[in-house]
Amino acid sequence: MSNDTNSIDMSSIERRQFDTLIIGAGGGGLRASLQLAEADLSVAVVSKVFPTRSHTVAAQGGMNAALANVSPDNWHWHMFDTVKGGDYLGDQDSIEYMCRAAPKAVYELEHFGVPFSRLDNGKIYQRAFGGQSQNFGGDQAARTCAAADRTGHAILHSLYQQNIRAKTHFFDEYFAVDLLKDDEGRVLGAVVFNIQDGQITVIEAKTTLLATGGAGQLFKTTTNALINTGDGMGMAMRAGIPLQDMEFFQFHPTGIAGRGMLITEGARGEGGYLVNGDGERLMERYAPKAKDLASRDVVSRAIAIEVREGRGCGPNKDHVMLKLDHLGEAVIQKRLPGIRQTCITFLGIDPAEAPIPVFPTAHYTMGGIPTNRYGQVVVPVKDTPEEPVAGLYAAGECACVSVHGGNRLGGNSLLDILVFGRAAANHIIGYLKENKYHRVIDDEVIKKVVEKVNRFDQQGSGDETVAGLRKELKQTMEEHCSVFRNKEILKQGVDKVEQLAQRMKNVKVDDQSFTFNTARVEAFELENLMACALATIHSAYAREESRGAHSRTDFIERDDKSWMRHSLYSFENGLDYKPVRTRPLSVESFPPKPRVY
Amino acid sequence: MKTQISTVSNYRWQCRRGMLELDLLLNNFVDKEVINLTVEQQQTFEQLLSYPDQTLLDLLLGNSVSSDLSISGIVQQIQHTSFD
Repeated sequence: MSNDTNSIDMSSIERRQFDTLIIGAGGGGLRASLQLAEADLSVAVVSKVFPTRSHTVAAQGGMNAALANVSPDNWHWHMFDTVKGGDYLGDQDSIEYMCRAAPKAVYELEHFGVPFSRLDNGKIYQRAFGGQSQNFGGDQAARTCAAADRTGHAILHSLYQQNIRAKTHFFDEYFAVDLLKDDEGRVLGAVVFNIQDGQITVIEAKTTLLATGGAGQLFKTTTNALINTGDGMGMAMRAGIPLQDMEFFQFHPTGIAGRGMLITEGARGEGGYLVNGDGERLMERYAPKAKDLASRDVVSRAIAIEVREGRGCGPNKDHVMLKLDHLGEAVIQKRLPGIRQTCITFLGIDPAEAPIPVFPTAHYTMGGIPTNRYGQVVVPVKDTPEEPVAGLYAAGECACVSVHGGNRLGGNSLLDILVFGRAAANHIIGYLKENKYHRVIDDEVIKKVVEKVNRFDQQGSGDETVAGLRKELKQTMEEHCSVFRNKEILKQGVDKVEQLAQRMKNVKVDDQSFTFNTARVEAFELENLMACALATIHSAYAREESRGAHSRTDFIERDDKSWMRHSLYSFENGLDYKPVRTRPLSVESFPPKPRVY
Repeated sequence: MKTQISTVSNYRWQCRRGMLELDLLLNNFVDKEVINLTVEQQQTFEQLLSYPDQTLLDLLLGNSVSSDLSISGIVQQIQHTSFD
């Protein structure tokens, strides 16, 4: 890699050609690549970490499918629960498609070697999760298929092995910088570099699929791994594509403060309770009846309010405490052994002896790159709200298809990545029959992107560091765009994030070496996070209602008349909106109703 | 022989995992202790990093114990590296 952009010798840069380039090797990317490789297409998968280290591995809960192995069930009930859970912001055609496809997706995984847990009769075991009902809101359903408590791990490893067998080409530990686009707006691949040695490769592809996962690293307290920096979303925004519904971010009320890992609701179910800095049981004020077992959003907001109003715990008064010690060591060891071990390992605190510091933790990005149910990335063009971008697809958490609407149900994220990874691949197969040949990419287009690879080595005054800006961004997002949102707080947040984005221009990477230059990679990741932050906070500030995970203290009701629409935010046009697709494929639409459980 | 800077960068990237728990434990160890590892310990650490994420998590959270004494030794070192 040269330090002088003017001296980049284009002939020295490696160029590779594939039918499809997939960026991201989690469950969505690998499900798509397998489908394509088995169709005898040439597929490249670019992943910044070794594929089986993708965040899918952390999905413990399972995958929803109406198999009716444990309780009566059908896909239509699953669809109702998903529409309702998403607070009527989800697109009902995509939701119907997903719920109908779910059983087949599970059986496919079984054939790929995923060891699902079994019932005594040999059928796949299914567990009950929140938000699952029989008969459109009736009795609890048991819909989640699981491979013990390591479903994501089992799926990811099985898909990886299948891809090796199918001869998918992997670019492990390569970082994708930007998409290649021609004058007509077609996406023709991407420029990537090898993290090990800095070598740049231009990957020309007839079709490109973004499957880069979520952006949980936007927040100081998050359950997400460090790799979840919204890379595909940032690339899409720089390519002129808006991000959709980014204000909808799912939080869990009790993450370990300053670390992020979940303390399951089971801890409060066993009798644990929250106390503030004054030693008061705070939930008695916010939910006198349900107290500590109130719904997630109520508990999350109560914690945030206590901290905002100066009743937090610790030297910075930035968290509250979850008390379990009154339960006694025997109960904790028997019922909550995992939590005990986690606290001892990460905090040096035994919850049998001392309370656990907790704060709401960011968990899942409902928004993302707008797609239709075929995985095609869609953008508004003139009066058409959803015009496909030729050659570009997205699937999984980085995409917004939108099946989760304003709030994702447990067990629907693994389902989403597998169903829409496969759907995108099937559409790509059809597209490639009509588009058999590589298009010529203008050298100037490639050169412009290649030159960007060095931008953090050359630009900027060096007054800003990546670590410093990242810390400020995460803190700002936590204070201004977490579970406690109103006009004043969000406006301050908008101003601060805009300033941070400006300061990004002063970032200069001092380490300009080629070998494992993680500083350079982290600069690109921060740039992607910054794009996601702008989309998130602008969309949240503008949406004057409470819906799903977006909860405003100054607009506490859902407002279907004004706001049953998707937000779109782009660098070029700022905010825009498009209608929710309320018409399913084959059944009656579910009209919006109060979301009561 | 001490660990070289480029190797530390390499380790830092190998410690980017799919689970936050692993990110925190492994990066904390790399930041504070990896520079002091002997060549033998480095090799053991590299072997540990080659394990699947779920296996690593089970070892580091004490849900399972490796019968390989060198592995269990480095696991203990990681577990006992302070976050302060």
